[in-house]
Amino acid sequence: MSKSKFKNPVVKWIDHRLPVFSFMDHELNHYPTPKNLNYFWNFGSLAGFALVTMIVTGIVLSMNYTAHVDYAFDSVERIMRDVNHGWLIRYIHMNGASFFFIVVYIHIFRGLYYGSYKAPRELLWILGVLILLLMMATAFMGYVLPWGQMSFWGATVITNLFSAIPLVGESIVTWLWGGFSVDNSTLNRFFSLHFVLPFVIVGVVILHLVALHRFGSNNPIGIDVKGTQDTIPFSPYYTIKDLFGLSVFLSFFAAAVFFFPNFMGHPDNYIEANPMVTPAHIVPEWYFLPFYAILRAIPDKLGGVLFMFGAIAVLFILPWLDRSSVRSSQFRPIYKIFFWILLFDCILLGYLGAMPAEGIYVILSRIATAYYFFHFLILFPLLPYIEKTKPLPISISEPILGGAATASAFATREKK
Amino acid sequence: MIKCSSKFFSNNILKLILSLVIISISSVSFGAGEKINYPQLNWSFSGILGTFDRASQQRGLQVYKEVCSGCHGMRLLAYRNLKSIGYNEDEIKAFASENSVNTINDDGEVVERPARPSDKFVSPYPNDKAARAANGGAYPPDLSLIIKARPDGANYLHALLTGYVDAPSDQKVPDGMYYNKYYSGNLIGMPQPLYEDGVEYADGTKATPHQMAKDVTAFLAWASEPEMEDRKRLGISVMLFLLLLTALTYFSMKQIWAPIKKQ
Repeated sequence: MSKSKFKNPVVKWIDHRLPVFSFMDHELNHYPTPKNLNYFWNFGSLAGFALVTMIVTGIVLSMNYTAHVDYAFDSVERIMRDVNHGWLIRYIHMNGASFFFIVVYIHIFRGLYYGSYKAPRELLWILGVLILLLMMATAFMGYVLPWGQMSFWGATVITNLFSAIPLVGESIVTWLWGGFSVDNSTLNRFFSLHFVLPFVIVGVVILHLVALHRFGSNNPIGIDVKGTQDTIPFSPYYTIKDLFGLSVFLSFFAAAVFFFPNFMGHPDNYIEANPMVTPAHIVPEWYFLPFYAILRAIPDKLGGVLFMFGAIAVLFILPWLDRSSVRSSQFRPIYKIFFWILLFDCILLGYLGAMPAEGIYVILSRIATAYYFFHFLILFPLLPYIEKTKPLPISISEPILGGAATASAFATREKK
Repeated sequence: MIKCSSKFFSNNILKLILSLVIISISSVSFGAGEKINYPQLNWSFSGILGTFDRASQQRGLQVYKEVCSGCHGMRLLAYRNLKSIGYNEDEIKAFASENSVNTINDDGEVVERPARPSDKFVSPYPNDKAARAANGGAYPPDLSLIIKARPDGANYLHALLTGYVDAPSDQKVPDGMYYNKYYSGNLIGMPQPLYEDGVEYADGTKATPHQMAKDVTAFLAWASEPEMEDRKRLGISVMLFLLLLTALTYFSMKQIWAPIKKQ
């Protein structure tokens, strides 16, 4: 280590003055990672891949898109019909948004199951929730850009939520719209923000990674790494595992893009926006449906808005709501059951968000919403007082395998 | 431990797939309200290997031209696009020139000229208001995207075009409205467009309403997704590549991890 580890003289020269290569070598190559990570730890890098894909395809789309109420719809159709492989770029971007959310939601539930938000990873978690919030804002504004019926009416419904704020609500909505209805100035600013927010996300992702690399990844048994026998270098072990995960992800993604590109979209968005005709049911994109269900479950408008944002807000304070010091659900028999109930609850909310707000759906929405907040605000703080956790293993390596194999793997790497 | 986590993994995957299924069901059914079941036809273009039937598309263009185009535009389609359903340049030129478009001549006057292959399909009305005024207030929608813009678009359109029946005795049909068993609310502003032998097919196919509805749907499905055949063809290659890549990365991973997994 004392001598430069790089053979290439140019790399050596640069690295001496600007240690980017040392940095990358340290953070991407040697970076010690718990050796027992399962496939659920693939979803972080997949989210990163999805973000880059969205930015690259988005930039190409923006070169052909016109942010004007009279031309937006037609400019998207021009991309679909006349731009070379424009349909491919647009379908990747359109389905990419859905897949980005699928990946991120799995990533979040992974964190919930294995207690990845607990000390000392609270800021890592909070930065992640911030990324989710930014993603939602970005996705919402992106959905407005094609200027179809759902774009327009979705924008109208969601921006109108702010009118629930007492006293200044109406003024805020006018300010957001840049006028007295969703119109050209709204479309223009949404395009501008939709373009810039992804780069803000990149910034927060970098912070997310800095926080991650401070203590390293959590792992399925949730106990701290005790020494080098518990870890393996990130490369080649997790680079190849991430590549395998990426190949599987891409297979699903490509199947959607090439064979079912409109499956997750809404047919009404192929009708140009018309302020005079309201669609029978205004539904947001599927990834907003659980929040939409919470919004509609509360009979009061302001209350609905508060609970909807509250559903995200509880995630921010989760590291302090959960009083259990045991991270992984594998050792929390009662929490484990409630975890699956929460997952089911969120899926149920998603289903209810897509249904009309009437009859049995309203009642179910209220029950599901109540459970969501019960889970975070009551169950998380109180469960540790009731629950008897299972004994934790002494270290990561001991219950799995002896330290010898890992040590030798490290040794062979060091020799190279 | 490893065994335990792999059991947990498969368990999880099952639940994940289940949840995705639920999500997809919900996303499909949110056109809800009152459910109307359309007859499900076997379209040549459905499925991941499906392609358009050229002869049917060309007959469909004829139906569009002779029956629909009096009221419905196709503003996103250009005449040159007809090349991909099997017409040559001369045929397209001739087809386009039957329509005329406004242009501004060198003296600054608005004059008419015959449409060229590079022009978009000429709409029957100069604007939406004219379209409404000519149709008793009902707006005949542009058909460029109609198949993509309706849930289960192809089956819906075929059903709608063949769904004109006598109204039940308890149903009052106001003037200028027509009864259609597949239209939401059953009262539609469009009179029955397709009658036995409404067009005369050049290839001798019998022009039954069912046949014409099928043909015009095939044509409009292509108009909605002109990239579909290219997309599916490219998709097959991409999937084969990804299958290979997945296999390669899987076995590389197994090999690289072998010393770690060894007890």
